[in-house]
Parts: sequence; C-alpha cells; structure tokens
Amino acid sequence: MAALSMPTAVAAASGWGSELLNALEAGVSPEPALAAARQRAARALADRTLPSRRQEAWRFTDIAPLLAINPAPLAPAATSGSILPSAAAGVVRLLLDGLGDPLAGVTLPAGLETIPTAALEALLQDQPRDLGADDFSKDRSHEPSSHAAASAGSEAPWSGLLAAATAGRLLALRVRGVVEPTLELVSDAASAAGVLPLRVLLILEPEARLELLQVHRAAGASLTTVLVEARLGAGARLSHGLIGEGGGPAVLLADLAIDQQPGSHYAFTSAVAGWALSRLEPRVLQSDGGATTRLRSLQRVDGRQIADQHSQVRFEGPEGELDQLHKAIADGAGRSVFNGAVAVPRAAQRTNAVQLSRSLLLSDRARIDTKPQLEIVADDVKCAHGATVSRLQSEELFYLQSRGIAAATASRLLLRGFCGEVLRELPAAASIWQPLAMVLAEEAPRP
Amino acid sequence: MIRPEAPVLLEIRDLHASVADQPILHGVNLTIRAGEIHAVMGRNGSGKSTLSKVLAGHPAYTVTGGSVSYRGEDLLALAPELRARRGVFLGFQYPVEIPGVSNLEFLRVATNGRRLEQGAEELDTFAFEDLVRERLAVVQMDPAFLERSVNEGFSGGEKKRNEILQMALLDPLVAILDETDSGLDIDALRIVAGGVNQLATPDNATLLITHYQRLLDVITPDYVHVMAAGRILRTGGKELALELEDRGYDWVDAELAALAPQPVEVG
Repeated sequence: MAALSMPTAVAAASGWGSELLNALEAGVSPEPALAAARQRAARALADRTLPSRRQEAWRFTDIAPLLAINPAPLAPAATSGSILPSAAAGVVRLLLDGLGDPLAGVTLPAGLETIPTAALEALLQDQPRDLGADDFSKDRSHEPSSHAAASAGSEAPWSGLLAAATAGRLLALRVRGVVEPTLELVSDAASAAGVLPLRVLLILEPEARLELLQVHRAAGASLTTVLVEARLGAGARLSHGLIGEGGGPAVLLADLAIDQQPGSHYAFTSAVAGWALSRLEPRVLQSDGGATTRLRSLQRVDGRQIADQHSQVRFEGPEGELDQLHKAIADGAGRSVFNGAVAVPRAAQRTNAVQLSRSLLLSDRARIDTKPQLEIVADDVKCAHGATVSRLQSEELFYLQSRGIAAATASRLLLRGFCGEVLRELPAAASIWQPLAMVLAEEAPRP
Repeated sequence: MIRPEAPVLLEIRDLHASVADQPILHGVNLTIRAGEIHAVMGRNGSGKSTLSKVLAGHPAYTVTGGSVSYRGEDLLALAPELRARRGVFLGFQYPVEIPGVSNLEFLRVATNGRRLEQGAEELDTFAFEDLVRERLAVVQMDPAFLERSVNEGFSGGEKKRNEILQMALLDPLVAILDETDSGLDIDALRIVAGGVNQLATPDNATLLITHYQRLLDVITPDYVHVMAAGRILRTGGKELALELEDRGYDWVDAELAALAPQPVEVG
C-alpha cells in the first residue's frame, strides 16, 4: 500500500467503500424496519469521500489500517470460536455478531423491551439534525431542537454513516423505570477477517435508569464498526461503558450519538487498547441544556497503533454541565489523537464545562496530538480546559524506588495509577474483562 | 547511645558529589555505628540534603569521589531500590504525591520487598492490614489515610507522618530523615519525633538532617555535625546544637574563611 502513488491510493481508497457496499448488497438483506434507513445512509455514504488526512477531522489519523481490511462481511463461522469470560452476576449479556438475533433465547429484565417494527420505522424516519463534524462550529441555536441521532443525516461522521449503511440488524430497546441488571453488549470478531457492522438504539423514557457496557474484541484483519444512539428523556440516567480490546490488524470505529433532555445524566467511560486503528466519536447533544454529561476515556497505543478519540458535546440550552477527562498512553511508535469539541452557543447561558486531557509519552518515537476545541458564544459560562503531555515523573519513580520498589514495578504502579482514575468509573460489571490488564497489555491475573 | 564496640553501619569516606555538573559535596567523612543518633545541621545550601539524596541513590546526583560502605558493602554500587531493601531509608523533605496509587498497596509492596530481603515471608493483604494498623499507632495516623492515593491531598504534617509510618514498616538499619521537622506545627512535630524515638533501637541508627534545634529538643542526638560548603566542619555532642542555636551560623562563615581556599559555590 505504501508503494502506491498518490492518485492510485485515492482510487483504491474510494473503491474500498463501494466494494464494501456492493459486497453487502449481495449478502443478507437487512431487517425490514431498517431497510429504508440503511439505503438513505448508503446514499449519503456514496456521496462522501473516504476520510483522509486532508480533512480536518482526520488530520492526524491515517486510515491505512482500515484500507487493509477486506471490504466484505465478516465470515459467519469465524466468530463462533471466540472464548468469552462468563457474564458476571447481575448482567444480561447480548452477543452481537451482526447476523443472529441477539435477543434469541434471552429474557429481557424488567424495564427493557423491544421496540415494535412500526414504531421503529417512525423513529428511524425522524430526520435527525446531526452534530456533524464538518460544520460543528456553526451556531444552530435558531433551529428547532430535535434528536441527535446522526445515523442517516448527510453530515453525520463517516464512521457512523458506515455503520448505518452496512448494519443488517438493529438492536432497538426501550427503557422504562430502573433496570437493575447491567446490559452488556458484546462483539468478538476474534481472528476472523472482514467487516462487522453493528447498530444499537436505546430510548430511555423520562426517569429511566440503565447501566450499559459495550465490549468489542477482535484480533484478526477485521473492522468492527458500531453506531450506538441513545436518547435520554427528562431525568433519565445512562451509565455507559465501552471496552475495546483489539489485537493485530483489527480496526474499531465507534460512533455514539447521545441526545439528552434536561435533567438527564449521561456518563460514558471508555478504555481502548491494542487496535491497529481505533476511533471513538462520542457525540452528546444536550438539546435544551440543563443536563449533566460526564466523559472519561483512556486509550493506549504501542507498536504502530493509532488511537483516536473525537468527542463532541453541544449545549442547546442553558445550565448544562460537562465534566470530561481524557487520558492517553503512547508507547512504541504509536500515535494517540484527542480532539475534544465543546460548543456553547448563545442559548447555552450558565453552562459549566470542564475538559482535561492528560497524556503520557513513554517513547521517543510515539506521538500525541491533543486538541481542545471550545467554541463559546454565550457570555455567562464557566468553561475550563487543560492538556498535559508528560513522561513518567522521575521524582515519583525515585520515591517508589527509595522504598525498595524496583524501577520496572514502580513504572507499572504509576501506570496503573494513571489508568485507574478512568477505569474505576467503568460499570462494575466491566471487571471480568480485566480492563487494566488489557490497557497495560499485562498478563491478566488469575481470578 | 554511643558504644565504641557497636558495629559500624555506615562509613562515609571523602565523599564528593555533584548535581548538573555543579560540585556540592567536597569530601564528607562520617562514621555511624549501631545505636547512634546523628544530627547534621547547616544552612540551606550547605550540602546536607544532597548528602541524603546521594546516600539514597537519587539519579540526579553523581558521585565524583570517595566511598560509602554500608555494613561492609559498597552502598554506591547498589540501585536505589536495593539500598532500601537492605535497610537504608530516606525520609523525604517533600514526600511525593502519587495520584491513583493506593497508599495501602504501595506500603504493602514496599514492605514485602524489604521482608524478602530480611528473610521473612511476604505478607498477604490480610496479614499486612493487621501489621499496618498496628504501626499506624506509632504516628497516631487515621486508617482512612490507607485508602487514599500516596500522599495525595495530604497536609504537610500528614505527609511527614506517612514517611514515619513507612519507616515503621520498613524497619531500616539506617534511617536518614531529611528536614523531617520542616513544615510541622508543634503537635505534629511531637508525634513525628515520638515515632522516631520509638523506632530507635540499639541495632539501628538514625541520621537527622535539620536546620533547627527544635527537633533536637525532642530527639536527643549522640553526635551533632555542622555542615558547610559541602563538608562536615565540626562535630560535637548535643551541646553543639545548642551553641548553634545560641550563636547562629555566622561563626561557621568565620571558620570557613580561616580555612584554606574553599570552593565558593553552594547548592
């Protein structure tokens, strides 16, 4: 791939998307409720060029690992060989393989119900106003408020469109009241090659409560592309975790479109490591302000891996709150990218937003690009941001060594401390996935 | 406790050291036997903190000459963590905050490293909790501090107490306490000094590095050394500290000036 001249590379790149769409065309037909929405997304996708580093939103992120994936559906048999830890007590696990019905044989707990086809068509019809990256900075406060679901909108991010255009199944659930068990959504492409598109829609009724844990694993030449949309009614609370455990050439693209009504609380914590390329795009819209959003993310790169976190939070009304902490560890010749966009238009008076990015650079060949992107029009707001990039602190290391702790152990303790600040905010059910060992690429301790 | 027949724990001979190519120590000589409490006093920049960092093996300091023998072994050849495991302890003037690392876990890993060296068995989580709760009493520390990150958000006094707690757990043979009294109010000073006194035995030794007499009101030293311009200028008993308190450090300058040409730089 590297040897190709520029025009050939571009041709190969634009071919990748259409090849994938063609391959899917010939494959399984989607659920009826999804068919029209998928077509719309496919048309929108066809109008887009593939992401490239000439686009601002992909400036630091080379998609070469994506183009190396065979643009064809993941072979169905290949996923069955994966070994998953048993679900923890108090967890309802749904396996997402893009083909089978994740609800087959599952009794949904009280508070969770499927959305009937007719209602689903209406929900997907709902032409969403999106938070598209391309015109994120545009002040759209004059426009009527509507849902954030960016799936079919022409300005949705490329990765979300890709999932919307290619997912043959949609897991759509309505949440009422307090759901006691944690809902765990698991995909494991294991060593299979090809593309695994996944799509999830959650409608949280007012005052509903849910704890959600997404786990995506892959180790082969595969792309897991996932679109999760969640709409939180007034006073609803969604505690959302995402664990992305990659390996080898595997690629993860995750687009999360979250719409919050006033009084709702959304907490999202992610831990991602091991992917040749990963890109997470949590996009939160507080449609009328007055909600609280808490974002925690941790990513680690080593070798030649690329991890990219592009978050967007937009306040469309007053008195919204954001508390965001992003952490990254870059080792080897890895590349870590963070772009944290926060938009506070005129309508969003008395917004209180804090964004911090802390990165650890463990190697001279690694690279970290971190960028806060605060766009503040309202005048009566508190918005703070900060970014640090550092090495392991030599005074901290010496302090630990002076207590008899060997340099290697001391480094590991410091790294664990660094990660712990984010990982402890994952839903409790996450512990069986041993996120700390995953992020630090350590031998997982025997339970 | 001075016993001429007690074994020598630490023997510093003509020690020269520099930081960032700036010479700081210009030939320190000091012999410490088991059971002794030594105090090194001196102005800021006299080299006393450098001495403590060099003994603990801080990587920013380079030894340019001389030797340090610890129980007959070349201390300077050991990595910092090995010095600690063999029983050399440095109480920091400014204990470092380590966010995200639990104080309890840190103390357990450190204690077990030392125990292995002593030929004792490692303590599991439960056995260690018992030990640490018992040792907390030495510095009257609230067990809640165990659950917090190492020194994070601790007050100055809490940090110093945490240092003495570590000393109580690591059971060192030579404890070097660098300005342990700085930043302490009188109550905290009593608690910290009380901890040091409880931990002093005929088998170990303590090297107090301090600027003020007030620490020596509560911990009685066997020897007081006055440091200036990177060397020990005078050695005496506890009355020397009182003399310093009385006369200040000005006589040190006079004494220095009377000596042969001195390097003028101080750290």
